[in-house]
Amino acid sequence: MIATPAGRWTGRAWLLLGFAFLYLPIVALVVFSFTDSPVPNVWAGFSLRWYHKLAGDEQIREALFVSLRIAAATATGAVLLGTLAAFALERFPRFRGRTAFAGMVSAPLVMPEVIVGLSLLLMLVSVQRVFGFPERGLTTIWLGHMLVGMAYATVVIGARLRDLNPQYEEAAQDLGARPVQVFFLVTLPMIAESMLAAWLLSFTLSLDDVVMSAFLSGPGSTTLPLVIFSRARLGLDPTVNALATVVIALAAVFVVASSYLIAARERRRFREGRAAGGGG
Amino acid sequence: MASRNIEPRRARRLLPRVGGRQLVVGVPFLWLLAFFLLPFLIVLRISFSEMDGASIGDLVVWADQQLSLTLRLQNYITLFQDDLYFATYGHSLVYAAVTTLVCLVIGYPFAYFMARAPKGLQPLLLMGVMLPFWTSFLLRVYAWKGLLDAQTGWVGRFLAHVHADQLLVPLGLIPAPGQFMYTPFSLVLGMVYTYLPFMVLPLYGTLSKMDLRLLEAAQDLGATAWQAFWRVTVPLSRSGIVAGAMLVFIPCVGEYVIPELLGGPQTLMIGRVLWDEFFSNNDWPMASSVAVVMVLLIIVPLALLNGSQARAREARP
Repeated sequence: MIATPAGRWTGRAWLLLGFAFLYLPIVALVVFSFTDSPVPNVWAGFSLRWYHKLAGDEQIREALFVSLRIAAATATGAVLLGTLAAFALERFPRFRGRTAFAGMVSAPLVMPEVIVGLSLLLMLVSVQRVFGFPERGLTTIWLGHMLVGMAYATVVIGARLRDLNPQYEEAAQDLGARPVQVFFLVTLPMIAESMLAAWLLSFTLSLDDVVMSAFLSGPGSTTLPLVIFSRARLGLDPTVNALATVVIALAAVFVVASSYLIAARERRRFREGRAAGGGG
Repeated sequence: MASRNIEPRRARRLLPRVGGRQLVVGVPFLWLLAFFLLPFLIVLRISFSEMDGASIGDLVVWADQQLSLTLRLQNYITLFQDDLYFATYGHSLVYAAVTTLVCLVIGYPFAYFMARAPKGLQPLLLMGVMLPFWTSFLLRVYAWKGLLDAQTGWVGRFLAHVHADQLLVPLGLIPAPGQFMYTPFSLVLGMVYTYLPFMVLPLYGTLSKMDLRLLEAAQDLGATAWQAFWRVTVPLSRSGIVAGAMLVFIPCVGEYVIPELLGGPQTLMIGRVLWDEFFSNNDWPMASSVAVVMVLLIIVPLALLNGSQARAREARP
């Protein structure tokens, strides 16, 4: 279907239009952050005034700080739990409640967040009534974000575990390594990259979450997305565009740098593998 | 898999694993039971209770043994008698279905052409699809607010220029020419935009693993390219279609942020109703009932998704 020239051109056009669709809003956000107009979809000459305004925005700075703390804690917890869950699902073909476990791990991935947020909040309120804690705040938001982060972490790490050649682990076992040693000396180094990817993904998701945070936040724990969301609801605000541009720039630098590092490592590994193959 | 054919010698060595193994399974399992399943059971029981006045005090019904045994169905009766709720559930399902369909129509050829692109180009294309994940979804949805304005937005002006109104008004997607924002059209566009990568990625996964020799075989047996596509490629990518469709459909049913930012008065969705019951009306039992019915609506799609994921897990290389 793609072998004909017409098919090739359709393919290219389709991909191009698809990517244009995906990236158009990002381009627009960046472009209009530099406009000298109070309406961020009208071009009125170049200006940095919205960046000045952003730098002086106390509310956004405070919210950013809250969000970063929650995101770091979420990502760390999500990777720890996600690694365990992925290992359980990929390495233990049967245990009691495995189907329920698999279902519960992946459900937060798709479950509408209003449901997860509402149910977690109602439980925490019930717990609070009995024990007097936890107060709504950073901890409760963290718990909510962990659920979603863990689901994504399990998928990312699980995919890597599935691709691993089990012979490495079996060889280590045959050579007398205890299961804990096998995990830390053989498995862990091989899945480390996917754990980093999972950490970053959970971090990003947490930094971006509105619904869960809205249900679980309390006084003094307003996250950045909640601030953005309340402003976006009111209308268009060029300061939000400036903030978006900063976020996009940071993410772009980060993604490009990390993919460059990974590619370099892959190349090195490939060379080493070839050298080892040639020598053996 | 290490445990596939355990010789007695290795089995002895695996024995000490039992302690660690229980830990590996137990910790995430208990976590999920405590913070995913238990909360949901609490929602289920609160949905059968009622508000006493404006206070939230009656949530402790469950501490009182006698009260807790009376299930109050009032919330559910309201849900089914009030046309508003009924229509809203209907809307949510329809909008989610339309979004899924549009995502499939755009996403399937997209994933197909990606999977058939030169091998060296594919990692780059894949990264291109995943990159938007790393930038805030909220900000990208917000950007459409500016883009869709018919007077000033890039897309809005383009659509007005090509007279897309003439198509969108009869379809009922926009109420009047020149008004793209706060309509069913902007809502569906926002949801398609947000969830398209969730459709493309699983499709690309199955399509790129396909054995291309099967297509050659089909052609040798006299099938045209088109026939081969419909009778070989599409059936072989069924698991990707199911996974992608469910990854789009399920979250769309309960979507809150996109209808709130891009939707309008015509596009009341159930996620917003739940939100309002909770935050504006402070009616926690009613919000819980809305949530329970929503879960019932998505339970079949959820089961489909789990099935396809379990199969993917079994189909090891």
